Amino acid sequence: MSETANSAGLGGNVVLDVHELQTHLFTKWGTTRAVDGVSFRIHEGETLGLVGESGSGKSMTVLSLLRLLPEAARIVGGRILLDGDDVVQMGMADVRRIRGRKMSMILQDPQTALNPVFTVGNQLMESIAAHRGSNGTRESRANVKKRALEVLRMMGVAAPERRLSDYPHQMSGGMKQRVVGGIAIESQPRLLIADEPTTSLDVTIQAQYLRLLKQVQRETGVAILFITHDMGVVARMCDRVAVMYAGRIVEQGSVQEIFDAPSHPYTQALLGSIPRMEERVARLTTIEGQPPALYALPRGCRFAVRCPHAHDRCEEAYPADFTGPGGHTAACWLLEETWKPMSS
Amino acid sequence: MEADVLLRAENLEKHFPVTEGLVLMRTVGRVRAVDGISFEVRRGRTLALVGESGCGKTTTAKLVLRLETPTGGTISMEGQDIHALSGQGLRRFRTQVQAVFQDPWSSLSPRMRVAEIVAEPLVVNKNVSRGEARQRVLELLNDVGLRPEQADLFPHEFSGGQRQRIAMASALSVAPALIVLDEPVSALDVSVQAQIMNLLRDLQAQHDVSYLMVSHNLATVRYLAHEVAVMYLGEIVERAETDDLYEHPLHPYTQALFSSALPAHPAQQRDEVMIQGEPPSPLDPPSGCRFHPRCPFAKAVCAEVAPEWKEETPGHFVACHLY
Ligand SMILES: Nc1ncnc2c1ncn2[C@@H]1O[C@H](COP(=O)(O)OP(=O)(O)OP(=O)(O)O)[C@@H](O)[C@H]1O
Ligand SMILES: Nc1ncnc2c1ncn2[C@@H]1O[C@H](COP(=O)(O)OP(=O)(O)OP(=O)(O)O)[C@@H](O)[C@H]1O
Ligand code: SF4
Ligand SMILES: [Mg+2]
Ligand SMILES: [Mg+2]
Repeated sequence: MSETANSAGLGGNVVLDVHELQTHLFTKWGTTRAVDGVSFRIHEGETLGLVGESGSGKSMTVLSLLRLLPEAARIVGGRILLDGDDVVQMGMADVRRIRGRKMSMILQDPQTALNPVFTVGNQLMESIAAHRGSNGTRESRANVKKRALEVLRMMGVAAPERRLSDYPHQMSGGMKQRVVGGIAIESQPRLLIADEPTTSLDVTIQAQYLRLLKQVQRETGVAILFITHDMGVVARMCDRVAVMYAGRIVEQGSVQEIFDAPSHPYTQALLGSIPRMEERVARLTTIEGQPPALYALPRGCRFAVRCPHAHDRCEEAYPADFTGPGGHTAACWLLEETWKPMSS
Repeated sequence: MEADVLLRAENLEKHFPVTEGLVLMRTVGRVRAVDGISFEVRRGRTLALVGESGCGKTTTAKLVLRLETPTGGTISMEGQDIHALSGQGLRRFRTQVQAVFQDPWSSLSPRMRVAEIVAEPLVVNKNVSRGEARQRVLELLNDVGLRPEQADLFPHEFSGGQRQRIAMASALSVAPALIVLDEPVSALDVSVQAQIMNLLRDLQAQHDVSYLMVSHNLATVRYLAHEVAVMYLGEIVERAETDDLYEHPLHPYTQALFSSALPAHPAQQRDEVMIQGEPPSPLDPPSGCRFHPRCPFAKAVCAEVAPEWKEETPGHFVACHLY
């Protein structure tokens, strides 16, 4: 597996190594296999995009990493190694210590991440003080404030001194998301998890924000896990892509490979269904039907009912992972002849 | 050309008063949501209004739907001012103009069955009985890709994409000349968006209906619209046929907007016309050209004088001092 990183041109250390992660939800309908054997790695300074349609298990994967799962959910298998330490096995006290420090998070809606009754300066400085175990002396308070201004400046906030005394409702969505980003990167985390952070922003503001994240990454070497359903965000932001379908990763590879040579029928269909700004495409490809319910999964390939290439084999057994050019992997029986089986 | 025009907006304006105080409400300002715009929707064609949040797209759509009253200017359809209609004329208007909104979760009444929802505009506006409407409903469901047995289900039994299909069937029931689409696919999953976009195209050809579409997704607009008007702070800054606009954007704001859009492929590099900051408040828009504080090409005159509307090439209009 480590040749994956080299062939993608990124030689850094592995920051996050998720192996065969399984997170199930126990509900009145039965067991929902929201995350069902998911494996990926992210290296220093690298961005992995996790894409897939609504309900495919992206957020459940993220919540597993952070151990912030809803009550009905449990990690039932696999490892989550962050710098070699298994988050799955950690006690909650240890998890709380790394959350917000070693790995932090930016969510889709900045509204929920900020408390409406405190100023943003107050919230930012409180989190800095907490990370530093600041003792509240005049000197340490001054240092915390200095750091807060530095972080806001890094996130491209103009006139940060004035902004410190603003309440969240006085700020635009883009500005709030910068503050949330500032809180997330302040502790210089090893891993930044971004779950659809720009979906609620306007295009020009989104472009500014994505550029900013890239710049922060260049300066700090933070590894980024970027959750999105927008292939444009992937094209702009990511080094590698993992495509999720019904609780599993069906294809993974460098952005170039995924865009130029998508090998799983789902990825192919997904890319064909996106209109382009550059030309008026004749007709968009569509994927008819819906993904299977995660509490009543078929035995074979989960995409089979919607797949234009499905054959008997696909209904009988879930396809193995195969490895193709450049460390590109995909789980589809069509690749059995041409690609190598992946050793686990 | 003239004969083609279905709907025409001239110097359309909608200002919202901003009030202060609870008892004696004093007007302390006006939000210039739509501030003197003109456009035409042609028969059987799609005009898209694009622009960022707050530029006035939805307000324009509501003015066309008569859900808001203009504070200035007119909208006319077949030579009639739509805001002066009453009686027979108004009833006719209600069958000629329909709407489909962004949120398929809240726009359909949860207690009505699909057949009732689809037949509603027919029953209300054309005095058709529910029994007579049934056959038409089944045809429409077929047109939008739903099965006849789904007619008796409730909206919560459908996915987001299916609900947008139901909304389209309902809008089409009265054979309207115009459907206003406000962000019709932005709440849907990518693969479902493609289904609905294809459906919108097919239905337009089949039913010969015009669309006035509001969207902030430039790729969606390229796929669906024949003509595009770019809005900034309540004004239209550029208007052209879709291909012309996308291949030769003239206004610096249009250029910035297009270059901010995400690429369809990782190898794609754009010549970025980057703009700094965020749009100013429509309460107190900048003098001269409203874009001048953010414009990388602004000249002295831009802060002073509002640019005139100019036909730079045939059918391609722009309001900018560079031209
Ligand atoms: N609290 C919960 N209780 C029960 N099931 C849940 C809960 N949260 C999520 N699920 C289910 O888990 C599955 C995975 O959901 P998840 O939120 O991870 O999807 P996602 O890929 O993030 O989708 P989206 O793009 O819509 O955010 C879905 O089938 C969902 O219905
Ligand atoms: N009823 C109202 N009273 C006061 N101001 C309003 C009202 N409706 C809209 N506005 C203001 O008018 C401006 C234009 O709003 P509009 O909803 O038309 O924008 P939009 O282009 O549709 O934006 P979005 O992309 O966010 O939907 C905004 O500044 C908005 O706050
Ligand atoms: S395994 Fe079969 S059904 Fe699944 S994607 Fe490949 S060809 Fe299609
Ligand atoms: Mg999610
Ligand atoms: Mg709107």
